[in-house]
Amino acid sequence: MTWLSIIIAGIITYFMRMTMVALVDRDLLGEKVKAVLAYVPSAVFPAIIFPGIFINDYGTFIEMNDPKIFGAIIAILVGYFSRNVIATIISGLFSYWIIIFLL
Amino acid sequence: MLTKKQLITKGILAVAPHMFSVIPFGIVCGAIGIELGFSPILVYATSIIIFGGASQIVFLQLLSGGASAFIAVTSVGVINSRHLLYGAVLSEYLEKLSFIKKLLISYIVVDQGFAESNKFFQKNKTEPYLHYHLIGTGGTLWICWQLATLSGIILGSFVPEELGLKFAVPLTFIAIVVQDLKKLDHVIVMITCGLSSLLFFDAPFKSYIIISPIIALFVAALVLRLKK
Repeated sequence: MTWLSIIIAGIITYFMRMTMVALVDRDLLGEKVKAVLAYVPSAVFPAIIFPGIFINDYGTFIEMNDPKIFGAIIAILVGYFSRNVIATIISGLFSYWIIIFLL
Repeated sequence: MLTKKQLITKGILAVAPHMFSVIPFGIVCGAIGIELGFSPILVYATSIIIFGGASQIVFLQLLSGGASAFIAVTSVGVINSRHLLYGAVLSEYLEKLSFIKKLLISYIVVDQGFAESNKFFQKNKTEPYLHYHLIGTGGTLWICWQLATLSGIILGSFVPEELGLKFAVPLTFIAIVVQDLKKLDHVIVMITCGLSSLLFFDAPFKSYIIISPIIALFVAALVLRLKK
């Protein structure tokens, strides 16, 4: 039963990945839809970012002085000005570690 | 014009920094599956068959917690439904591929690979072998994810939990969208999505992950209308 559910979950996931690429003709999408699609990264990734920062392992909101907020602010500043992905991630992690280990 | 090899290399380099989150997350994902009492083969099978980070953990946690198979499968479907959006964006650049190639390449599309390849595609629309960039990003992510989950299954979660590497996940996605903070319309869309995700966090089947993008895209459509 578990195996069957893995396979069904896998097929569903694969269809999500494949449908728009292989089965749907792009001409079916109007110009307006295509213009809106340009916002997909900005419209999707904050749904991973915000809960990853503001909600803890137990599903409740963190305190406003949580080191993750500080780490995220540093990462945003470094990322914004450096345009460098590694610098963004490392600066966020290090500033987070400095607070939880040293302060 | 870039060669296929150059495009693959560019793709590999583009996703390489994201391994800071992908590898620890993969190790934890493999280790959690074993801790929950599933057989190693079964845990690893989720990496091959589902191949979708968070959705694999949610799936195994739900099953071990006594949820029905229906609920577990539905949750995976809901969490991964955002791929419909990625596919719709990528279809513009993959249009010319044969049907078989489209079927194959779809399997390796994941968040970070989509994000980095999409950025590259936007700037290099005229390159003839664009999809090789996606093979570079997706292939790297696939291999690293397989190795990371495998090592988590075999060795347990050997990354010390005190390091809080889970925090690397929001950080890699910050790195992806941070340059769009320069554009007010994107900032509005991002804040809409982020606040909606907190508001709907407790919605069933983890559906906040697709509800908030849909709300944000409606706001994006409104913003576009106002801009005219």
